[in-house]
Amino acid sequence: MTVLDALVDIVGKDRVSDNPAELYLYSRDSGAQPPGRADYVVLPKTAEEIRDIVLLANRRNIPITPLGGGLSLSGLVVPGRGGIVLDMKRMDRILGVDEKNRYALIEAGVSQGALKSYLQKHHPRLQHSTPEAPPTATVVANTLIQGHGHISPRYGINSDMIAGMEVVLPTGEITRIGSCSLNERWFSRGPLPDLAGLFVGWYATTGIVTRISLKLFPKPDFREVMAFQTDDIDLLPDAIEEIMHLDMAEDFFLIMQEKPDWMNHAFLVVICSGHYKEELEMKKAAYKELLSGFAGKDSIRFVSDLHPALEKRFLDVPPLAALAADFREGGGFQYTGAILPIDQVPEAWRRGIAIAHKYGMICSYVHQVLLGNSIMFGFNYSFNRGDPEDIEKAQMALEESNRVTLELGGMIWKGEKPAQQMVLEQMEPNTARLIRRVQEFLDPNGIMNPGKWEFDG
Amino acid sequence: MQHEEILHRCFRCGFCKLPADYSDINCPAYLKYRFESFSPGGRMWLIRAWLNGEIQNSERLQEVFFSCATCGNCVEHCIFSKFRDRILEAFIAAKQIMVEQGSIPPPVRDYLTRVFEHGNPYKIPQKKRADWAEGLDVEPYKDQRYLFYVGDVGSFDPRAMAVARSVARLLQKLGVSFGILGAREGSDGNEARTLGEEELFRHLAEQNIRTFAELGVERIITLSPHGYNAIKNHYPRYGGDFQVLHYTHLLAELLPKTDLREKSGSQTPRRVTFHDSCYMGRHNQDYETPRKILQFLPATELVEMERHMADSLCCGGGGGNFFTSLVCSGREASAPVRAREAAGTGAELLITSCPVCTIMLEDAVASGNLQDQLQVRELSELVFEQLFPSAAQD
Repeated sequence: MTVLDALVDIVGKDRVSDNPAELYLYSRDSGAQPPGRADYVVLPKTAEEIRDIVLLANRRNIPITPLGGGLSLSGLVVPGRGGIVLDMKRMDRILGVDEKNRYALIEAGVSQGALKSYLQKHHPRLQHSTPEAPPTATVVANTLIQGHGHISPRYGINSDMIAGMEVVLPTGEITRIGSCSLNERWFSRGPLPDLAGLFVGWYATTGIVTRISLKLFPKPDFREVMAFQTDDIDLLPDAIEEIMHLDMAEDFFLIMQEKPDWMNHAFLVVICSGHYKEELEMKKAAYKELLSGFAGKDSIRFVSDLHPALEKRFLDVPPLAALAADFREGGGFQYTGAILPIDQVPEAWRRGIAIAHKYGMICSYVHQVLLGNSIMFGFNYSFNRGDPEDIEKAQMALEESNRVTLELGGMIWKGEKPAQQMVLEQMEPNTARLIRRVQEFLDPNGIMNPGKWEFDG
Repeated sequence: MQHEEILHRCFRCGFCKLPADYSDINCPAYLKYRFESFSPGGRMWLIRAWLNGEIQNSERLQEVFFSCATCGNCVEHCIFSKFRDRILEAFIAAKQIMVEQGSIPPPVRDYLTRVFEHGNPYKIPQKKRADWAEGLDVEPYKDQRYLFYVGDVGSFDPRAMAVARSVARLLQKLGVSFGILGAREGSDGNEARTLGEEELFRHLAEQNIRTFAELGVERIITLSPHGYNAIKNHYPRYGGDFQVLHYTHLLAELLPKTDLREKSGSQTPRRVTFHDSCYMGRHNQDYETPRKILQFLPATELVEMERHMADSLCCGGGGGNFFTSLVCSGREASAPVRAREAAGTGAELLITSCPVCTIMLEDAVASGNLQDQLQVRELSELVFEQLFPSAAQD
C-alpha cells in the first residue's frame, strides 16, 4: 500500500492531498525563510487519527510537521525534510468552558478568533490572552511557542496559562498531562512533575498536542489606552520598571515608527482596565502622576490627543498588526522577537534602528513588556515578496538582529532555523545535549518536525 | 493577467476567511475543502505560483480556482484596503486565462457550452422562457413602465419559476406596470462572467442590451440578485445604462404606501430569519431593503442569524457553483451549515430574496432533515402569504 493510500485509509480521501497545489502552499509560510518541501498534506479530525498517522510515519520513516495557523513567520511549520504536513485546523471544537474553575478545553485547531468570539457570546465575564497575531492563529500553537497576549503583562505568557494537555507522542501513545491525567477535570497541570515542559517551546519535535485546557481571566468592563511620549531612550528601563512596579497595567507596549514624523518618538502605551469606572480612573491617574516629572525631568509627557488610529490599534483585540506586511507593498513580514532583559532596551533600540537603516528600511517598533522580567523587543522587517533582493535584505537584517539579541543577553522567540542554530551554538553544551537526548528519547526515529532545534554541529 | 500586481501583496493573514467577529469560517470553498489552497489567500498565492511557472495547471488547480463562490466575504474582510477591492477580480482574471486555454473543469465547460449553444444552462428552448408565467396574464413588454427581467433560473428551474410567479403576482396586486421579454430574454451572463468567460458575458450582455434598446426599455426589475448585479454593475461597460431595481426595492417603496398591512387580518405570529444573498448584500451593499419589507409585514418577527448582513454565510451557489456544484456537496458545504445556523435561531422560516439561495437552502434543509424545524421561503412568497393569505393558496 502506498503512503497516500494508507493516509486515505486513516482520514478519508478528501482530507489528504499530494497535489502540487497543496504541496506548494504547505511548503512555505509568509515570512522571509526559504521554502521547504511537503510530500503530503493531511487534515486530521481526531487524536486517534493522528495516532494512526504517527504509527504509519514511524513504520515508513516519514517526517511529520504539525501546522496550526501557519503564522509563526519563521518557518517553524515548514517541513525541512519532506513528509507529512498535518494541518490541525479541522480539530476546531471548543469542548467546554468551566466558568467556576476558569478554563476552556479546546482542540488544537481552535483559532484565537473563534475562542474570543465564543467567550464573548457565552462567557462574557472571561477572556483569554490574545496575541497580536491575526485571529486565524491557533490558540494551542501559540501557547506551545511561548506566545504572549494582550493580558500577558498582567498574567504572564501564554504557555504559563496551559492547565492541561492531551498529546500524541512521537511513538503513537495518546497521553494526558495535568489533573486530566487523573480524572476528567482539566483545571491544573500541577502539582505533578511538569511534563508540559516536554512540549512547550519544542516546535513539535517531541509530540503533537491535540488538546489543551487554557486558563481564563476576568474581563473587566472598562478598558482604556494611555500613551506617554519621550525621546529620552535611556530613561526607558527605569520607566518600565516603575510602570510594572505600580502593577496596575493590563497591557504595556513600547512603540516607535520613523514615519510619519509624529510617530517618531518612543511611546509608552499603557492599557488599563477596571471592573468599575472609578477603578479605571484611579489607575489612569496613578500612571499620570507616576510619569509626570519622572526622574526629576520633563522628558516624558502624557499624550492627551492620542491619534484615534493608535488608540484603536491598541484597544482592538486582536489588533490589525498584520497591516505591517503591506508597508513595502509586498505582503512580507518577519521579525526577531527578542526576549530581552529590560535594562538592555536602550542599546537594542539604537542598534535596531541602525540595522533597519543599513538595509534601507524605515524602523518600526512594537515591543511588549512581559510581567516585569523581560520585554519582547520586536525588530520588525516588512519586505516585498515579489522582490528577491528585498527578501534577502530582510533575511540579513534578521540575522543581525538575532545576533544583537544574543549579544545583549537576550533570547530569540520562535526563531527561524539559523536563529535556532545561533542559540544552540551559544548554549551551555550540556544543556544542548539534554535537548537532543530528550528529543531522541521521545522520538527515536526522528520523525517529528526534523531540522527544528537540531544542532548541526 | 489583470490585477497580477496585487497577488504578491497578500500576507495570508486569513481575515478573508472569517466574519467580522471571527467566530467561524465564512468562505464557502475553504469551509468545504479545508485545505489552505481553497482559502482566498491560498488562491492568491497559487495564482501567482502558476503565473510564475512554479506550479502547472491541473485538475486540482482548476478546482481551486473555480470553487470560489464569488461571495465577496474576502473583499469585505480583507484588512488591506489598498487592494482588497481587486481580490475577486483577480480570481476571475485567473479563471479567464484558464478559459482561454481551454483547461477548465468539465462542469464549468458544460455550463458555458450550454449557455453558448442554447442561451441558457438548462438546454431548454428559448420559446419556453415565459412558461413560468402561464395563466398569470403577464403581458409581453411593450411600453410598460418596467421590464421584469426573470433570468435563467427563474425561467427554467421549477422551484424558481414559482418564485417568479410569486413576484409577478405581487407586482400585479400592487398595480405595477410591467412586461416581460419571454423568448426574447437572454441569459444575464453574471455567472459566465464570474467563471472567467468574459467574451460570452459580453455577447450575452450586448444581446440583452440590444433587445432592451429596441423595445425602449428604461427601467428594469430583476427577479434575481445575480441578474441585478450583472445589469447594474457590468452592463454599463458595454453600453447598457438602465435604471435597475431588484424586485425588493420596488416592494419596499410601494408596500408602505398601501393599507395592505391593516387589511391582512389577524394572523398567527411567524418567527423568521433572513439570509442575505451575496449579490444584494456584499456586492451591492443593500441590507436594509428586505428588512424594511419584513418589518412591514404583519405578525412577522425577524430574528437574525449570528452571521447576517455583511457577515452572511454564502449558500455556495454563486460563481456558477449552483450549476457546477464544485462547492455544493457534503455536510460541511456552506448551504447545510447555513441551514443549521438558521434552524438554530428558532425561526420557523428561513427567508431569502434570491432564487439560487432559495433552492440551495431548501435542498440543504431537506438533506439535513430539518424540515420539521425550518422551511425556506423566498421573500415574495412570504409577502404574499402575509398580505394576501387567501390568494396565497391559489
